[in-house]
Amino acid sequence: MSAVLQNLVNQPYKHGFVTDIESEIAPKGLNEETIRLISAKKNEPEWLLEFRLKAYRQWLAMTEPHWQNVKYPKIDFQEISYYAAPKPKKKLASMDEVDPELLRTFEKLGVPMHERAALAGVAVDVIFDSVSVTTTYKEKLAEVGIIFCSISEAVQHHPELVKQYLGTVVPVGDNFFAALNSAVFTDGSFCYIPKGVKCPMDLSTYFRINTQESGQFERTLIIAEEGASVSYLEGCTAPQFDTNQLHAAVVELVALDDADIKYSTVQNWYAGDENGVGGIYNFVTKRGLAKGVNSRISWTQVETGSAITWKYPSCILRGDNSVGEFYSVAVTNHHQQADTGTKMIHIGKNTRSTIISKGISAGKSNSSYRGLVRITPTAENARNFSQCDSMLVGDQCGAHTFPYIQVKNNSAKVEHEASTSKIGEDQLFYFAQRGIDSEEAVSMIVNGFCKEVFQQLPMEFAVEATKLLSFKLENSVG
Amino acid sequence: MNNDNNSVILKVDNLHACIQGKEILKGINLTVKRGEIHAIMGLNGSGKSTFAKILAGHPDYQVTQGNIQYEKQDLLELSSEERAQAGIFLAFQYPIEIPGVANSQFLRLAYNTVQTQRGKEELDPLEFDDFVREKMKLLEMKPDFLDRSVNEGFSGGEKKRNEILQMALLEPRLGILDETDSGLDIDALKIVARGVNHLSNQDNAMILITHYQRLLDHIVPDYVHVMEAGRIIKTGGKELALELETHGYDWVHNDLQHTAGASS
Repeated sequence: MSAVLQNLVNQPYKHGFVTDIESEIAPKGLNEETIRLISAKKNEPEWLLEFRLKAYRQWLAMTEPHWQNVKYPKIDFQEISYYAAPKPKKKLASMDEVDPELLRTFEKLGVPMHERAALAGVAVDVIFDSVSVTTTYKEKLAEVGIIFCSISEAVQHHPELVKQYLGTVVPVGDNFFAALNSAVFTDGSFCYIPKGVKCPMDLSTYFRINTQESGQFERTLIIAEEGASVSYLEGCTAPQFDTNQLHAAVVELVALDDADIKYSTVQNWYAGDENGVGGIYNFVTKRGLAKGVNSRISWTQVETGSAITWKYPSCILRGDNSVGEFYSVAVTNHHQQADTGTKMIHIGKNTRSTIISKGISAGKSNSSYRGLVRITPTAENARNFSQCDSMLVGDQCGAHTFPYIQVKNNSAKVEHEASTSKIGEDQLFYFAQRGIDSEEAVSMIVNGFCKEVFQQLPMEFAVEATKLLSFKLENSVG
Repeated sequence: MNNDNNSVILKVDNLHACIQGKEILKGINLTVKRGEIHAIMGLNGSGKSTFAKILAGHPDYQVTQGNIQYEKQDLLELSSEERAQAGIFLAFQYPIEIPGVANSQFLRLAYNTVQTQRGKEELDPLEFDDFVREKMKLLEMKPDFLDRSVNEGFSGGEKKRNEILQMALLEPRLGILDETDSGLDIDALKIVARGVNHLSNQDNAMILITHYQRLLDHIVPDYVHVMEAGRIIKTGGKELALELETHGYDWVHNDLQHTAGASS
């Protein structure tokens, strides 16, 4: 990616400033009427309304799960408004009105000046270079037949594709939050890579035409046809604020024969303040279906934000010789909680999966790795390698590992390695004695710890992720 | 040897220090000038390593009395990284392992940090690589050592050589070697000693902390101090180390009692 594109990656709130469209807000609460309203507002075909209603009916019969190693107050689902036209951010008259803490954050992350204003919600008429870049970008994609748009647009313009794949990887009744999402999702991304096409560039959510906010129930669907490949980037390192506390997204990936999907996330939602007040609950269902032979699904995530992160990007390895990968860094500080990991379901023959998970806990936070490796009876010669490392910064935080391994085929080979380490006073003194202060020392140790995961990220993303981690752990020692 | 005040690098005056309320140092006095090599000897628990750590600014120790002047600054006012940047170098008795951080990366960050503080140019990774490889030759170190994590899985000898390599890179004003000789076989000891001798010059000073004479066969000190129970109880020339080797530490006691008896 060029520097220009990289800048674009740094502009998460560009769409947040597009105002207007509609101003209606549905009354709080969830019932069939709300769902009919959402579907009607979006001018959806009948089958999609049925999809939503089916999900809703299943959701009604489900109870909210509590097995995860996180604590939060009970969510009142009838207190949420499920349809609202995107709200414009409250605009401020000048940079002087911006929360100094936020400005400091931008400073640390090296967000360019003009973007800082935009991110902070200051009413400046900034003309981004990105407009023309976006256009070129879209033209280039269209040339090779790639469809990349919002899921609402896809429903209107490519209903047959959406209908064919939506809910095939994460069924409507998969779990409590996925069912809720299926009933009420408002927007998200859609991406289709035709047969044999290698996507010529990394696709980032910021290049979507649609300027609406995806809201709290985001829905993403990515399809790679035979021999196609794509690298998709979600999120950004700049801190993202939102008035909606609960975020329950669903992401579905489908890879056909010889297809390759690489999905990278850098998540930095508002984590709450130092005392654990506020912050986003990020309860996400992400799953990839390696449907065809020799297909590959690769998840890379850097989770630094949210008060609670609860997600398990998973791979269903159905095609013979298919490959699943999960590379994760989860950082928690202050009172953050993270329960994250993956599921690798081996169905096809000679399927292989790799799990590399790095958890870093600081402050009073808690971080858990939870992962399932399942080798079904049909998965001849399946292989899995898992490595789960935890690092503790300070002595008030916790790290937990919950690996589940189910093997139903004798030819399988499954390996699991785990370690826990601690950034010690002695290490910091050693750095100090060589002239290096504790912040730089922690940053170096942590980045060394996460190296295997960062190597999987597109380069600019990796550079930003490195900075972001240092920032997140600032003042966590000494 | 210079005798004027400008030549004094370190002046320790009546230094008392404790850890977790327990007093370890009970009044140390020591003056070190440019171009000098001082050896501090003594039994385990006499406070030698504590003294080294306090000079380097280890946060676990509290100085309760006395003061330390370093290059005309109040050393106790400086943080440990400021001390390192000002030219104090401690070669650790037990070098710390830092998994995941490549040695080359660590060395370059340390080098560039200190260079910047001294108003000098930083080196980019390629320039640094050439530079560090040159220094490694002095210590007969294998090139693969740069790619390994800092001290992780290093043998005792490799760790100590790494310390001396860092000293060679950072070019300290005052090098403090805390039992660098312990755990070294004779060949490694010679290599380390050669490194130290190479680095020692008329502008800097060294403090060697050791149990044994054998290091001093290879690095010849100007002064030898004997430490016991948190104090320097005897100071002499290089021949003092030989006498200790022959007679043992009890000999110093008897000798002291004798002297004390005579002078009272």
